[in-house]
Amino acid sequence: MEIGWIETTIGALFATAILTLWLSRGSGWLEPRFWRNAAWVSALIMTGILVYLTIDSLNQIREGSARVPAYTVINKAIGLKRDYEKHRDIPVIGDEVGFFGRTWSEEEAYALVNKGKLTLQSRNCMDCHTLLGNGAYFAPDLTRAWLDPKWENMVMSMTGKATKEEAMAEWLQHPDRYPTFARRMPNLHLSEEEARALVAFLKWMSAIDTNGFPDRFAGVQ
Amino acid sequence: MTEVMPKGKLYESQKLALLYFWVALALFGAQILFGLLAAWQYLDPGFLYGKLNFMTNRMLHINAMIVWLLLGFMGGVYWFLPLELGREVVGIRLARFAFFTLVAAVGVVVLVYLLVQYGPGNAFTLWFITEGREYIEAPRWADLGIVAVMAIFLYNVVATALKAKRITGVVAVLMFDLVALAGLYTAGMHYTPNISMDQYFWWWVVHLWVEATWEVLVGSIMAMALMHLLGTPRRIVETWLYLEVALVFGTGILGLGHHYFWIGTPEYWLGLGGFFSALEPIPLVAMVVHAVYDAGMHRMQTVNQPALFWAIAQAFGNFIGAGVWGFMQTLPQINLYSHGTQLAPAHGHLAFFGAYVTAILTVIYMALHQVRRADWPRFDSKLWKWAFVLMVVSIFGMSAAMTVAGFTQTMVERAIGGSTWQAYIEAQTHPWFQNGMVWRFVFGVFFLVSYLVLLWDLATIGKGRAAQAKGVGAHD
Ligand code: HEM
Ligand code: HEM
Ligand SMILES: [Fe+2]
Repeated sequence: MEIGWIETTIGALFATAILTLWLSRGSGWLEPRFWRNAAWVSALIMTGILVYLTIDSLNQIREGSARVPAYTVINKAIGLKRDYEKHRDIPVIGDEVGFFGRTWSEEEAYALVNKGKLTLQSRNCMDCHTLLGNGAYFAPDLTRAWLDPKWENMVMSMTGKATKEEAMAEWLQHPDRYPTFARRMPNLHLSEEEARALVAFLKWMSAIDTNGFPDRFAGVQ
Repeated sequence: MTEVMPKGKLYESQKLALLYFWVALALFGAQILFGLLAAWQYLDPGFLYGKLNFMTNRMLHINAMIVWLLLGFMGGVYWFLPLELGREVVGIRLARFAFFTLVAAVGVVVLVYLLVQYGPGNAFTLWFITEGREYIEAPRWADLGIVAVMAIFLYNVVATALKAKRITGVVAVLMFDLVALAGLYTAGMHYTPNISMDQYFWWWVVHLWVEATWEVLVGSIMAMALMHLLGTPRRIVETWLYLEVALVFGTGILGLGHHYFWIGTPEYWLGLGGFFSALEPIPLVAMVVHAVYDAGMHRMQTVNQPALFWAIAQAFGNFIGAGVWGFMQTLPQINLYSHGTQLAPAHGHLAFFGAYVTAILTVIYMALHQVRRADWPRFDSKLWKWAFVLMVVSIFGMSAAMTVAGFTQTMVERAIGGSTWQAYIEAQTHPWFQNGMVWRFVFGVFFLVSYLVLLWDLATIGKGRAAQAKGVGAHD
């Protein structure tokens, strides 16, 4: 079932108003009693709606749902396409292309992305970068990092690696050696395994349907 | 208010509050120091590179802020609670124990941040070094400690009210709010590889703290402050407080949706989040009206000049920093391009300062009045005005600089450049952006100066030659 935001909004405001007025009948709107009622009624109604929407949202963002891909998406080609009806970019998941030269089973893919997420937190990436637009602003947004043209345009030749994932893993282990501008990412002493796991995490994240953020990434057609 | 206690005598709870305040102020200093280091690294990226990286300075900057603001709030509550309830706080020894435990824990966390900085990608790092999630980077063991300290704090508030067999409207609001505040923190303690779910609940802590529960908490603290500062009748203050709570929760809970536009969550959040968050400034306007009306009624004459000015700054700062700068980027049509640019910290600085730093400074000045010069009908000094003006100018200067940089980024990187790595670099090296970063640092240095002046005033106000005691009018 699709939840409509206008219906929800009107319902929430209406319910709050009616319940407050009903509970406060007999007192004027300038009296403390009126606003005391309004306070807890609005807190309860809004919390109730939030809980309901949370259950729905969590179902829609479970990995393997239409919005958030399964971890095995790392085996697939990933791209972005312009949806000209909604005027926004949406991720497209293509053919099986493998990842680091092989295909990863469901458990393997989970383990890899999980390791990537742990590594991300342990190195505190979000206190320099944004992910899905949240974090710090000292370094580029990573939402679509896997799809960034710079890996192919610059980093592959800089690192001398033959595939994008290998170039990314090498760059992540020695960012101090391969500067892109005055601000260099510090060497966070990632192991080879951690670096590959991070690349898997980034690839998986790039296939999340973000309602079109960031708009026209790399000039998507 | 102070019938139970003779003038100049303090409850034990109030003595404890003073400890909270001084530690809070020290951490405020640490926040500024690491903020300046991080700001300088924008100008000179080689500075401390590989030794004390940007992410570590930034983590210390924002974690020091969270901890000192929480300490300040707890101090504020411990200060006012016995006055509200007319009795000593029940578990005072427990409260003291919690305080020293918390300070020790913060010390350990800071040392680990500075000396270890980061660890391998496994659960051990998350438990003992850092969880690496902006604002709530504290390792899991410290999370548990914070929850325990909050539980003691909650117990003290509730048990004291029960013992006093008396509950005021303000204390009732405070109790429910603190339960929600502590409960929300636990939403930030779960690990998941799924970044969308991770951020979903991360915002329950970050947004539902600053835009719902903290907002109500300072509402209650400022309500108590205004009663003491201006003698505003309880009935009026409490009616306003209820109104503010109704509007803050009525708009802020679903306003959470303004963080659910782009993290993978369903489309209905675009409408819901945009609508409700756009209404969030309304209660902030109400707070300005309330404060200005009350102060105007008394022609700005009060028992405590610096406290009144910080209280007025709180009302306006909250409205401008949170209401105006937040509203500026809260509609999805704008946020699509501004999301995650320097506009966010432009708003973050103005809002945290305007809403929360000012509130705590109000209470600290009120406390110092009672501690040092309860006999003065009017608490005042020459110096506080300098600290006040310079601090307000500095935070506006920093935020203005980041607003210019953020707008440049929005246009150059996002709207025109297609948000790639290269587009990011182009925006970061744009002269408008770079000038913004220079001015941010300059105003940051002013901020440091204003902090030192403030500290000096707090250390000396009411001491020494009692020259400033003009003793004009105002009720006692
Ligand atoms: C005292 C109250 C508030 C404080 C302390 C505060 C603080 C912050 C901070 C620190 C951030 C950045 C979060 C991050 O690191 O990613 C933020 C983001 C945001 N705030 Fe607030 N805020 C407050 C109230 C408001 C209000 C009332 C509104 C709306 C009217 C608002 C709108 C926003 C928006 C839209 C963002 C997201 C910016 C982005 O997309 O990058 N805030 N806030
Ligand atoms: C000397 C004064 C200060 C300086 C130089 C400074 C500098 C900085 C820097 C460089 C950042 C990192 C921004 C980025 O990721 O690019 C930051 C973040 C932040 N600072 Fe400050 N700061 C100062 C004072 C304050 C004060 C007084 C507050 C609040 C009371 C504050 C609250 C914050 C917050 C909430 C963030 C995170 C913002 C976000 O993620 O959007 N800072 N600060
Ligand atoms: Fe928010």
